[in-house]
Amino acid sequence: MVDYLAILPEIALLVLAAILLLVDIRLKEEGKDTLNWIALFGLVITFVLTILLAQPGEEEVIWGGMLRHDWMAFVFRLVFIAGAAFTVVFSRGWEAIGDRGEFYGLLVLSTLGMTLMGAAGDLVMLLLAIETASIPLYIMAGFSTKDGKSAEAGFKYLLFGAMTSAVMMYGFSLLFGFGGTTDIYALADAIAAGNVPTLPLMTSIILVLVGFGFKISMFPFHFWSPDVYEGAPTPVTGFLSTASKAAGFAVLVRVMLVAFPSVTVEWQTLLAILSAITMTVGNLVALRQTNIKRMLAYSSIGHAGYILMGVAAASSLGVISVVYYIAAYLLTNLAAFGFVAIYYKQTGSDEIEDYAGFSRRSPGLAFAMLFTFLSLGGIPPLGGFFGKLLVFSAAIQADMVWLAVVGVLNAVIALYYYLTVIKFVYLRRQEGDEVPFPVAKSQSLAIIICVLGVTFLGVIMAPMFELAQKVASSFF
Amino acid sequence: MIPLSNYLIVAAGLFSIGLYAVLARKNAIMILMGIELMLNAVNINLVAFWRYLTPENVSGQVFAAMVFVVAAAEVAVGIALIMTVYRRRDTVSADEINLMKW
Repeated sequence: MVDYLAILPEIALLVLAAILLLVDIRLKEEGKDTLNWIALFGLVITFVLTILLAQPGEEEVIWGGMLRHDWMAFVFRLVFIAGAAFTVVFSRGWEAIGDRGEFYGLLVLSTLGMTLMGAAGDLVMLLLAIETASIPLYIMAGFSTKDGKSAEAGFKYLLFGAMTSAVMMYGFSLLFGFGGTTDIYALADAIAAGNVPTLPLMTSIILVLVGFGFKISMFPFHFWSPDVYEGAPTPVTGFLSTASKAAGFAVLVRVMLVAFPSVTVEWQTLLAILSAITMTVGNLVALRQTNIKRMLAYSSIGHAGYILMGVAAASSLGVISVVYYIAAYLLTNLAAFGFVAIYYKQTGSDEIEDYAGFSRRSPGLAFAMLFTFLSLGGIPPLGGFFGKLLVFSAAIQADMVWLAVVGVLNAVIALYYYLTVIKFVYLRRQEGDEVPFPVAKSQSLAIIICVLGVTFLGVIMAPMFELAQKVASSFF
Repeated sequence: MIPLSNYLIVAAGLFSIGLYAVLARKNAIMILMGIELMLNAVNINLVAFWRYLTPENVSGQVFAAMVFVVAAAEVAVGIALIMTVYRRRDTVSADEINLMKW
């Protein structure tokens, strides 16, 4: 007997996608923005239903091990659904995507893929989940067919994504050969029983890491992200940089901790080195960007490096720090791309220079932006600070002091370019900066929720920390 | 009977040819074909491992079937995206599709 409540979020998302596509056919051209409300309410309802009815219980295994119904899956489901809901809000009125039923349908289906990624306990399911999440994202990145940059973004994203996922599948096939099973949880014992030598095992782990590294934009598989982030419609960029990245981390944490305990030291070292390079590359290149979307793209590569520290620690505190960091990062980065989307819709520019005088045009929005960027930079008492604090302490606890030092240095570099944006917003002026700046009510509400959430994560740590502890307890 | 290692060597060779095509070719269609070769290598691996190691368990076959599905979906979306780029730029060469650069 399948526990249907356990897969309630997935069922709800599938129904929502079908409703969106069906309603789209019946709606007249001028009524299409109803779709935005349907998508938003559908996602909010799914979010509430998930909290109320789909909490993990005694029975963890669904469909003979295909899915796991544990705290990890639960928390990440909420992350993905929240990310999709904010994306819907910021897509409102966006040219060529805001009134398209297919767009919302794809967004919801991609979210469905991500919820499955967070829960997958079997290589076959994992493969299907990753592709269900990725393929709609390729289309969404290239959705504005009239905009040459968007088409190019979709094209690059697809070619890079298809290649890395083919390499990852090759790794999966080798793992299947070593273990004779596709169940991630049975794989560890099978590998230990089969006495697989370290070298071939590490080779297949590296092949698998190519695919995961692409999803989280880890060095050296980060080359796609600046181009795709810049070219994709901004609401999609926000979704890519938060939910899609979080999904990659969910998979990375589960597979690494569950399937490869026999070579923990080796993959820990590998991930620690990659983490150091990823954050350094991301933050240094972000320094010289003039386009805010590109800058945020490199900054999100930097953040992937910080989160990787928590994974590399391979400890209970490490998992806690990953979950906490992702929760704070989700809200801040969604808000950051929210500002970029709102600003672009009014002014048609993504250049950092053009943000001059923003604080005079909209003091409230500028203040929220200051908050968000300070949290991204890791200033206490905001959520981003505690995320960083936890990943650094996880690294130190795992005897990787050097990694924590690299992390702290990087945090200082990162603060510089975040403050550069704030400098333009607050200190510079430009012509016409007395004109007030109109913002849709739903979008200002979304920004307020993000800012409050980030402050909450920074001031009152306990609730999120306890949730993260529950996630960690399903591994240790 | 042909030993398992022969199949694995063929698959590894096919995978390398595919990877070479992806990295060296400039034409987007050729890159997609290279990816197809890589996925076929995955399937050879999966079916060979299934037949030699766990013939009583169907999971290897199911896995291979899923890889087919994924490959088909990826190519369908890939060709569509290449079409949109071609309509705007009149080229499918990955070198010339460079509106955005570092």
